[in-house]
Formats: sequence, C-alpha cells, structure tokens
Amino acid sequence: MQSFEYRQARSPEGAIANAGEKTRFIAGGTTLVDLMKLDVERPASVIDINGLPLDRIEVSPDGGLKIGAMVRNSDLAWNANVRQRYAVLSEALLSGASPQLRNMATTGGNLLQRTRCYYFRDTNYKCNKREPGSGCSAIDGFHRIHAVLGGSEHCIATHPSDMAVAMMALEATVHTRGAKGERSIPLNDFYLLPGSTPDSENVLEPGELITHVTLPPLPQSTRSHYLKLRDRASYEFALASAAVVIRTSGGRIEFARVALGGVGTKPWRSREAEQELHGHEANERIFRAAAEAALKPAKPLRDNAFKVELAKRVIVRALENTTQTA
Amino acid sequence: MSTSIIGAAVGRVDGKLKTTGAARYAIDHPLDNVAYGAGVFSTIANGKIVRIDTAEAEKMPGVIDILHHGNADQLYRPAGQFEHSRASEARPPFEDDGVYYYGQFIAVVVANTLEQAQDAATRVKVTYAEEKPLVHLEDAPAPTGEPVANYSRGDAEAAFESAPIKIDETYITPVETHNPMEMHGTIAAWDGDKVTLYETTQGVVNHQQVMSEVLGLPLENVRVISPFCGSGFGGKLFPWPHSMVAALAARRVKRPVKVYVPRSMMFTTVGHRPYTKQRMRLGATADGKLVSIQHDVLSTTSKVDTYVEHCTSSTPMLYTCPNVKAVQHLVPLNVGTPTPMRGPGTVPGIFPLESAMDELAIRLNMDPLELRLRNYAEKDESLNLPFSGKHLREAYQIGAERFGWSKRNPKVASMRDGGLVLGWGMSTATWHAGRGGATVRVRLNADGTARASSATQDIGTGTYTVIAQVVSDKTGIPLNKIEVVLGDSSLPPGPTSGGSTATASVMPAVAGATNSVVNTLISIAQRTQGSPFYVKETQGGDPPSLKMTKGFIHAADKAPESGVPFHEILAMRRLSGIDGEAKTGPSEEMHKFSGHSFGSHFCEVTWDPGIARLRVSRWVTVMDAGRIINRKTATNQILGGVVMGIGMALLEETLYDPRNGKPLNNNYGDYLVSTNADVPAMECIFVEYPDLNLNEYGARGVGEIGLAGVASAITMAVYHATGVRVRKLPVRIEDLLGHV
Ligand SMILES: Cc1cc2nc3c(=O)[nH]c(=O)nc-3n(C[C@H](O)[C@H](O)[C@H](O)COP(=O)(O)OP(=O)(O)OC[C@H]3O[C@@H](n4cnc5c(N)ncnc54)[C@H](O)[C@@H]3O)c2cc1C
Ligand code: SF4
Repeated sequence: MQSFEYRQARSPEGAIANAGEKTRFIAGGTTLVDLMKLDVERPASVIDINGLPLDRIEVSPDGGLKIGAMVRNSDLAWNANVRQRYAVLSEALLSGASPQLRNMATTGGNLLQRTRCYYFRDTNYKCNKREPGSGCSAIDGFHRIHAVLGGSEHCIATHPSDMAVAMMALEATVHTRGAKGERSIPLNDFYLLPGSTPDSENVLEPGELITHVTLPPLPQSTRSHYLKLRDRASYEFALASAAVVIRTSGGRIEFARVALGGVGTKPWRSREAEQELHGHEANERIFRAAAEAALKPAKPLRDNAFKVELAKRVIVRALENTTQTA
Repeated sequence: MSTSIIGAAVGRVDGKLKTTGAARYAIDHPLDNVAYGAGVFSTIANGKIVRIDTAEAEKMPGVIDILHHGNADQLYRPAGQFEHSRASEARPPFEDDGVYYYGQFIAVVVANTLEQAQDAATRVKVTYAEEKPLVHLEDAPAPTGEPVANYSRGDAEAAFESAPIKIDETYITPVETHNPMEMHGTIAAWDGDKVTLYETTQGVVNHQQVMSEVLGLPLENVRVISPFCGSGFGGKLFPWPHSMVAALAARRVKRPVKVYVPRSMMFTTVGHRPYTKQRMRLGATADGKLVSIQHDVLSTTSKVDTYVEHCTSSTPMLYTCPNVKAVQHLVPLNVGTPTPMRGPGTVPGIFPLESAMDELAIRLNMDPLELRLRNYAEKDESLNLPFSGKHLREAYQIGAERFGWSKRNPKVASMRDGGLVLGWGMSTATWHAGRGGATVRVRLNADGTARASSATQDIGTGTYTVIAQVVSDKTGIPLNKIEVVLGDSSLPPGPTSGGSTATASVMPAVAGATNSVVNTLISIAQRTQGSPFYVKETQGGDPPSLKMTKGFIHAADKAPESGVPFHEILAMRRLSGIDGEAKTGPSEEMHKFSGHSFGSHFCEVTWDPGIARLRVSRWVTVMDAGRIINRKTATNQILGGVVMGIGMALLEETLYDPRNGKPLNNNYGDYLVSTNADVPAMECIFVEYPDLNLNEYGARGVGEIGLAGVASAITMAVYHATGVRVRKLPVRIEDLLGHV
C-alpha cells in the first residue's frame, strides 16, 4: 500500500472542494482498501465521507424512494419500503457478498465497486483497465468469470455488482455533486462499455460525489425479483443473474424490464428481451424467446461459453417466478 | 476403569479461551522490541534471479535490513529421513539464485513495523532470467522415472483381459489448498545461541528437530512453542521456509522477528494437495465379483522436493480381489511443494475406486451397496492379516436404514421432490488406524489440582480435552481442576498431530503416567506416619489394597469418601506435588493385525434442471472407528470432514496460470469452500467397537476418515440425478448444463 493523505469530510461541499485528480472518497472501504492493499488503487489522498448526512432512505414526493449514498447495503436490503415495493433490490443486495461486508458496504460504493478480474487485481499482469494500453491478460488467460456481453478486444471484465443490476431494472437515477454543480444521471447512462478505454467505467468526473440514488415509483401490482446463479449457495459473485420488473394483466405482459448480472461488462439492461415480452402472453415460449434475444449479441470465449446458456436459464426462471399466480 | 467421562460429549476445556479471544496463537505472543519481516515473493515460476535491487527499499522509513540469497547466512539442508525428521522442502530458503515456483521467498524486509516492512517489500526490484514454466500435469511429458508405488498380487492384467465386465476410466482430482483460518507465522527470538520459535505447527518436536538441523544448533538450543493452532489440515505438519526466514532474520537484526505468510502466499509456499490423474480398471464377473483391480496414478510434486500423494494406499485392501496392481509415478512441476492434506493419499485415491465401483454397479444393474457387500474383504489381502476390528457391514446396514436406501429407484432422474430431482449416492470410507510413541507427565498438586503435559499439541481437534478426560477417568479429579499443557518442545516428547494418530498415541501414555503417579501417591499414603493407611515396614503380609477414585485415596473395598482427598496425603509430607511419567511406543499387538477404520456415507443431492442448480440436501455417515472418547469432538471431526468433502466434490480447485504459475484464486473470496448455506442437515453415527489391540481404551483417531469417500458419494448422486458422470473434480455447472 502506498502512503496517502487522509481527511474526514464535514460537508459534501468540503468533500468536493478538497478532492483532486488523485483523490478517492472512502465509504465502506470494502472495495477501496482491498485494492489499495494490492497496490491497484494508489490514491494520493483519501477523503472519508462516513460523516456526511447521506445515510437516509426517504419516500420522495412522487412516491418513489430517495436513497442516500451512505446507506449501508444491509440497511437498504432490510428497509420495509424496499422489501415491500422493490423486492428485486432487497433480494439483489442480500444475495451479494456476506453479512459483514453488507454491513459496511454503501449504496454509492456498491455502484462503483471494481471488477474481480484476477489480472486487474495483480499489478504484475498486463491489464488495459488498470494500465491503459498494456494489453489484456484475461482474453488469453482463464476467463470463466468474465463477461459474454459488452466486451471488446481490450477488456472483458464483468461489472460485479448485484445491486446495480436491480437498480437498472428499476430505472434508478444517480444524483451527484461536483465542481461543476449538481447532476442527475439515469443509471442507464451512468456506466460505459469498455471499448478501447476500459479504464473509464462511468461518466463521473474526478472528485464528483454521489449524493443519492432515486427510484421512481412502480405502478400498482408490479412484481419484481432477483435471481442469482453461482457455484456455491452464498458468498460468491454471480455467474449469471437476472433482475426482472414486470406487470401482467390477465396473463398478458403490460411491461417488463430485464437486467442481467455476471455476464456483462456493465450492469446489463436487455431491451431486446423486453421487446420480446411487451404485450405478449406470459408463457414459457415467450420467456425463452426473450432469453434468446437477450443473449443474441453474446461473444463467448473458451471458459465462459456456458454463461450464455446459464444466462438464458436465469432469465426464463426469473420471469416464471414473477408471473406465476401463487 | 470408570466409564462415565470416557465417551461423554464433553465440551472443549479450552473452549472459553478460544471464544473469548484469550487463546494466544503463534504471532499473537507479545514480545518486547519485536521487528517485522515481510516477504518478497517470486513472480515467475521458473528461472534465475539476475539482480535484486534494494536501494529504494533500504531508504524507506523503519527498514532495518533486507535479506536475500546474496547476503543471508547459509542454512543447512534438513537431514530428513536420516534423522527421522521431516521438513517440507529439501531446499532451504535463499540457498541459491534459482526460482522454482511462483510465490517462493526471494527476500525478506525487516522493519520496525509491519506496515513499513510491507511497504518496503513492494519496492524491492527483482530482475529475473525467466524460463518457460511447467505448471500443469497435462502439459508435462509422460514420466520416465521409477514408480513411487508398485504393488501387485495375482495377475491383474490377464484377469482384466478375460473379465466379462470391464470398467476402464480416468479420474482427476485438482490441486486443493489447505487454507486454515490461521495463517502460517513465526516469531523467532534469540538469546545468545539459543532460539525460541513461536509457531503454529502440528508437531513441535519435529519442528524443533528440523530447525536444529537447518540452523546447525544443538537440539536443546531450539525451543518451539505452539499452544494453539488455528488448524492445519496437514499443512502445518512440517516446517516451511517462513520459519527459517524468521530465525535467520532475527539472528541478523538481533531482535525478535515476526514473519507471517499472507493469505495470497498461503497458496504458494506452504503446500497443497497435489493434482492427480488416475486410471482405474476394474474387471468383474457377471454376478459382480471383482476379479481384477488396476490403479495407475500420476501425481504432481515440486522441483525442490519429492512429495508422494499415496493414492494407492487403500486400493489393495478395500475389497476382496485376487488380482490387484497399483502403480504410481510422479511429475515434478514449477509449483510449490505439495504436502499432506486431510486424508492424504486415501482421499484422492479412493475417489476413482469408489466411482468405478458405482460405474460397475450401473453396468451390472446392481445396487451399489450390494456390489460392495459382494466384494466385502474379510481380511486385509494385501498384508494377509486379519483386521484389528472391522464392522463395515454394520456401518453399511445402519447407514442404509437411517437414510432409507431401500426406497431408492436406480433410474436416472426418477426421484423427485416437487420441481427438484433427487440424486442418491453412497460410498465406503476408510483410514488407517495407527499409533506412535508418546511421553506424558502427570502431576498431582498439593492444591488439589492435576497437570498433564507433553510436547504434542492441540490443532483444534480436542487433544487438550481428551487428555484431561483420561486423567479424570483415572483419578476422579474433575475436569476444571486438571490443567493440560501442550505445544512446547521443552516438555516430554509427544506425537505429531497428523494421520489421525494423536489420540491413539497419547492416550496410553496419559493413562500410564496417571497410573504411575497414583501408585506413587498410594505408597506415600502407606509410608507416611499419621496417614490412615500407614503400614509399618516390619509388618508381614501385603498392605490392604488402595485405589484412587473421585480424588480420594481409599481402601479398594470401601467407598471413595471413606478415604482421604489426595492433596491431604501430599500435605502430610509437605510435598508440593508428585509426578508420574510414562513413555509408550507403537502397539506391539498391532503387528498381528491390519489396522483400519471404516465407514459408510449416504447422501442426497437436489438438482434443479431449469437453472442447473445442484445442492447437497441430506447426509448420513456411519463410522466404525473404535471407541469414541469424546462424542462431541469426534462428531465434530467427522462432520467437519464431510463439509470439507462437499467442497472437494463441488467447489475446491486452485487455478494456476500456466504463464507464470500464479494461483489466480488466491484468497477467501475466490477460492471456494463450502459455506454454511452449502451444508445440509447431517447425521453422524458411530458403531462403537473398541479396538483393544491399539490401546487399553480401544480408541482410534477420527480426524480424516470423515472426508474419505465423500466426493465419490456426491458424484454418484449427481449421476443419479442428472445422468452425467463427472470424473474430474470439482463438479461444475458447465459439466451439467448441457444435460437436462
Ligand atoms: C469478498 C467480497 C465479496 C463480494 N461479493 C459481492 C457480491 O456477491 N455481490 C456484490 O454486488 N458485491 C460483492 N462485493 C462487493 C461489495 O458489494 C462492494 O465492495 C461494496 O458494495 C463497495 O461499497 P463500499 O461502500 O465499501 O465502497 P468503497 O470501497 O468505500 O468505495 C468503492 C469506490 O467507490 C468510491 N465511492 C464510494 N462512495 C462514493 C460516493 N458517495 N461518491 C463517489 N465515489 C464514491 C470510492 O472512492 C471507491 O473508488 C464483494 C466484496 C468482497 C470484498
Ligand atoms: S479483462 Fe479487463 S480488467 Fe481483466 S485483464 Fe483484461 S483489461 Fe484488465
């Protein structure tokens, strides 16, 4: 770990004012400290934002939810409002990491967690994300955990967050504050594909602070669900996961949103799947068609080829689970 | 022998220390003026060090010294087999400029604080002349060396050729890494030419011996202290380089030095279970009688030592069969040196044998349990000796009944629970039952307490508790008044905690030492004026016979309370206490027998074909492992073995990058073992037949047998549920996904 300057922020303004090019905010620290110990993150200064008043969950005037950036993953998952109205989010959070990690991890930090690509986490390897232009060690390496959607010849690392996948399906908006003022960024526009610049993962400017995330209200009797598939039953990142937000009426799908985790270079919203579903009768055939459509753009490699089929299965099952009449 | 405390479910006597954090593990020991050593580890797997540039690191704050092959004092090589000692690697650290595996100690930076040492260690620049490493067995040429195992009886090849039913399959077990919670670590502290090592080890006596060899010191100049061990699973049996590095560094900087192995290097420089590739050929008659077993094994070792994973060890004795051949060869790779891991040899070796038995049962359309009964070995045909107690038939029968095996429908995917397909599996478990030597001292103190001591150690299995139980059994002193002192090489030499032999080895010596001290106490009672048992020397005839029960010395034919509490006898002579010692060796009786424990596993998996989700849902295991001394710790060992086996079958695998030999999943997040959520309801039953040939209690060890056979029981259940036979562990989603 490289030596760094440490400060505690007293206000969002102070945090932003003191943040430079090589500053990192520290929230729960479960990603940042881990990567600093590996010398992958080498900030010159670290600003602790744990004292900021961004730890509340409130119902917004439009009936949606406003979630402070410092709300812990556990608190968000067990919040009564979230459990009742945004089940997909609660399920996604509870499927992630371990209770100890969730007690520390925050909403803002979770959105910005980094990939678990083995080669990104070790400075002895070539990695375009860590060191632009150096090459990608995963494409010729072991890439069972890597992405089949959204990859490029420069990077195929998965975005590992479960929470962000649920938020994609919920059409969340990220609210920020930076040197240039406040911004509201639809989550859909927040993440970037790796392309030839895998080091840029999102649209945040250096020193820009996430203050909160908002969720729009969902129409009455909308159902939502998160399903995560992996080798073991707990404490593992997704091999393939699906977040589904859906409303049916008389067996017909009025609207559906489908997002995928564990298979994309960013939390993956599949408009292709949604299009297949809209207005159709909810049945296995249409679910399968949606799954096929979602994975049509997939570019699998040797070790992760199975994820294409696994992702289809998880979509179908998540749709079944949300449309079954109990 | 009163029996109440032997066999009871006794909680650990050290439980409170552990749960409150008061138990002191190796690098917890507070020493004044301690300095910290951080390793610099190789980032290539094969080649030479051309240059080590320490200029920048030396200038870092707090740095005291940096040791590497160019400047460190020479260590001697361990004498190993010639001294009946064992180190993990024949090559001591810093011996030369060679790099033989990724994660090898290249240098150690010693600094005032851990952070300073770690920071400076990242600034040591090493230039290598790199050569292409050989990391995977599959990339290696066929071995040409002498076989390391070569067993034969009858004519297995001819019998196979003419057998009406043949199974010929190849099975693979991956590298597994021990990963105990407590990482390896040492504090070395010198006083003149004497060194004390605070260690985490499964054998303080062997550790002391090896360190005296490599440091070139008289044995008594080395003291090894290891009161607690955050488990070892075999990985802490023999000394690893870090211990030698700590001793070297502490001698150089003239301060105590603490070195621990970071989690990432727990995958490189402290051992693993090697990769094995095993061809198993079974020949059988149409009614399921084995006529030939051929077991061909390739297992891997490193370039700096020769480690043999004895996969063929149970092959010649597990079933009755006239023609058996078992041959093993080694393949050296550019990886760290393998070492025993829970159930070494047998655990990976029984996987192909038990899997092939199931494949044979399917071919014969026979119940796999019935096939095993038809080939039941009544004696050990490899040694031509009777078993020292084998009750496997009963273990099969009880397990089958508890599990409900008779309700099994053998057809693939035929059994269901709602939307889930059920798969059932079973297997045979075995582990050898042995006993080594031990010396134990037991002291009865004037304050009414007892103390037992020996240079063995409790690696988390319950040795402290079992020793206290034996002392209590022999004296009636309650457990809370018995102190057990272990984990210090200056105590009377005790056994290594390995191979499930510690309990069987140490118990006879504890019993002997306790008997001896009680006898001394009785003679004191008889020779001391004022004692109610005083016998005048001149009187003829035998004195009335005395014994010790409930802490009282009393006439053998009267109630304990009629006698005198033992400490009052000591007080009559104003003694602080008295000692008894016993030294025992291996059991002579056992030469006439083949010693093995046996058991059966029955398991159920659930398979959700829609999402390719496989989970273990039920487990029954029945063990024939002699007399159980402590039901709690024994059950804990067996079920812990099953949990580890679930990981072996479905999750565990160390992934090495073929380009540089790096274990890629080198942390607790990425190296998967079973979590609580992966562990089903489990039941463990003991059929208790004391093995009196082994020791007076009839106790055997139970540390490893729980793991043997688990993986094949699961792959059998996987086949039953999915129709897919997985012969390469672990079973992965992608193996099953295509088959619904
Ligand atoms: C072993 C392990 C297993 C895990 N398993 C899973 C899993 O299964 N599923 C899953 O989804 N996640 C998993 N995680 C990841 C975990 O969810 C994240 O580490 C966590 O959510 C990060 O939150 P944090 O508050 O600790 O972030 P920090 O580490 O504090 O910060 C992460 C990054 O975000 C930046 N940051 C934080 N807050 C703000 C803000 N308000 N504004 C701007 N920048 C900010 C920091 O500067 C830093 O760059 C796992 C992590 C570990 C270590
Ligand atoms: S996949 Fe991306 S993160 Fe991983 S090595 Fe390649 S460039 Fe780096």
